Amino acid sequence: MHPALSVIFFTVVSGCGYGVLCLLGISLAFDAASLSRTQALVVLGAGAAMAAAGLTSSTLHLGQPLRAWRAFSQWRSSWLSREGIAALASFVPIAVVGACLWFGCADATLRIAAMLLAALTVVTVGCTAQIYATLKTIPAWHDARVLPGYWLFALLGGALWWQLLCRIVDPAWASPRWLLALAPLAAIASTLLKHGYWRAVDTAPAAATIESATGLGLFGAVHSAERPHTEANYLTNEMGYVLARKHAARLRALALILFGALPLLLGTIALWLDDGSPVTALLCVVGATAAATAGIFVERWLFFAEAKHVVMLFYGPQRD
Amino acid sequence: MTSLPAPAMKKLGLVIDLDICVGCHACAVACKEWNEDGQFGPLPDENAYAKDPLGVWFNRVHTYDVEAAHAAPLTVHFPRSCLHCETPDCVTVCPTGASYKRAEDGIVLVDEDKCIGCKLCSWACPYGAREYSAKRGVMQKCTLCVDRIYNESFEEIDRQPACVMACPTRARHFGDLGDADSAVSRLVAARGGYDLMPEMGYKPVNKYLPPRPRRDACGASEAPPAAEAADFSGAPLLRWLDKLLSR
Repeated sequence: MHPALSVIFFTVVSGCGYGVLCLLGISLAFDAASLSRTQALVVLGAGAAMAAAGLTSSTLHLGQPLRAWRAFSQWRSSWLSREGIAALASFVPIAVVGACLWFGCADATLRIAAMLLAALTVVTVGCTAQIYATLKTIPAWHDARVLPGYWLFALLGGALWWQLLCRIVDPAWASPRWLLALAPLAAIASTLLKHGYWRAVDTAPAAATIESATGLGLFGAVHSAERPHTEANYLTNEMGYVLARKHAARLRALALILFGALPLLLGTIALWLDDGSPVTALLCVVGATAAATAGIFVERWLFFAEAKHVVMLFYGPQRD
Repeated sequence: MTSLPAPAMKKLGLVIDLDICVGCHACAVACKEWNEDGQFGPLPDENAYAKDPLGVWFNRVHTYDVEAAHAAPLTVHFPRSCLHCETPDCVTVCPTGASYKRAEDGIVLVDEDKCIGCKLCSWACPYGAREYSAKRGVMQKCTLCVDRIYNESFEEIDRQPACVMACPTRARHFGDLGDADSAVSRLVAARGGYDLMPEMGYKPVNKYLPPRPRRDACGASEAPPAAEAADFSGAPLLRWLDKLLSR
């Protein structure tokens, strides 16, 4: 599949943003004392900005961006529509939490809004994953690991960006240990999940064949003798993207180092140093966040570039 | 609404006879010509007369070689277009309601005034039926010539899709596949018409008729018995007559 940069940027950046907002919602609901008001406002603003930047970017790949509002109508059948609604709805608790923090209001209101915010971020990222995971035509996406993958990467990116933002506001931040431990744990979990995913998609039996696509399998082995067109068309450009596959092994290794090994190493060091030297801990978190964000970007690019669409069966073996 | 309508009695579609298709692309060209000016046009081209041309077509004609173990190899010309599936995901994934399946006859259409050009429907289609036009910013697809088949300003005989009208070998048939007594349904039953990629579960309405068994052993790997093989190598006219009489 053609890896459209606007869509990759959207899923990575808004995924991290929703991860940040989810952790903020959880902390404000259950452990409000661990954050200063400034920290909470900065984290909320940054998380909302990341989510909004990603959503704006996603409209860039539309042919008719001005009609994007129509996408809120078909939630009964379409995951894309559900995602749009959930993404937009999450800005309601964002506004309420922001107002509560800014003006100061009843503790209960803030807690309820924060819980709602955390829940909606989980739903939004889940809907994004389901857009891909429900497509039977792209076997690498129609996989049970895709949905937890999107959640895990949002958690990994969110945990690191969250730490980074809190530490920038207040380097001497006495952070809850469970939160600091979340990033290295998410790095381990996403490494295991992605490793298993790649092994599964590499060895999966074909969902369809050129014989079943043409129905000519009952006569023998089918080969494409002549394509319908000598030049490219929309299908070969969009579904027949093959440029990246020869570098796939190296890019997978690079992604694992960036989103797995480095955040695990640097995140653990930051956890270790937390009380002793806040500046070194901050530097570790900066490094881990940069590496993980880049790693998720590479992973998401591979998710598109490596995925094969069954329509290309009609065109015969793909030329790398 | 992009939820699917209740299953209709009427299922308009095409039956394509792979036995007699000669791969002339007349169906594809006639389709492009009609729809360029029809209700759902234009079908824009980019760089039509320059390097890297790109354009929207609703119909594409592939050619396949089929290698059989104990028979002559086949060359099969294979027109590919929207199959107007009974349970297509291209309709249900649409976030705007632009992609829809008509309740009255099962035709799958795109409302170009509602389409936002997100391309998700084309990802959901295993048959490559949908082609996006960057120039128009919307998705386009075969309409089963809905602007011809109900067009009362046409003679009855002309109320058929342009591709069916154009086919010089009558390899394309249009009709109601929901009616077991229709000419197309009888043709499918008689010739063993089949679905493409049935494992996707979209239940295509269009059917393909397989090539008929070959009448002679032309091109078969088995050599004729040596005793009967006369040598006409020096006489092309005799060789031709021998071939003609051997049928």
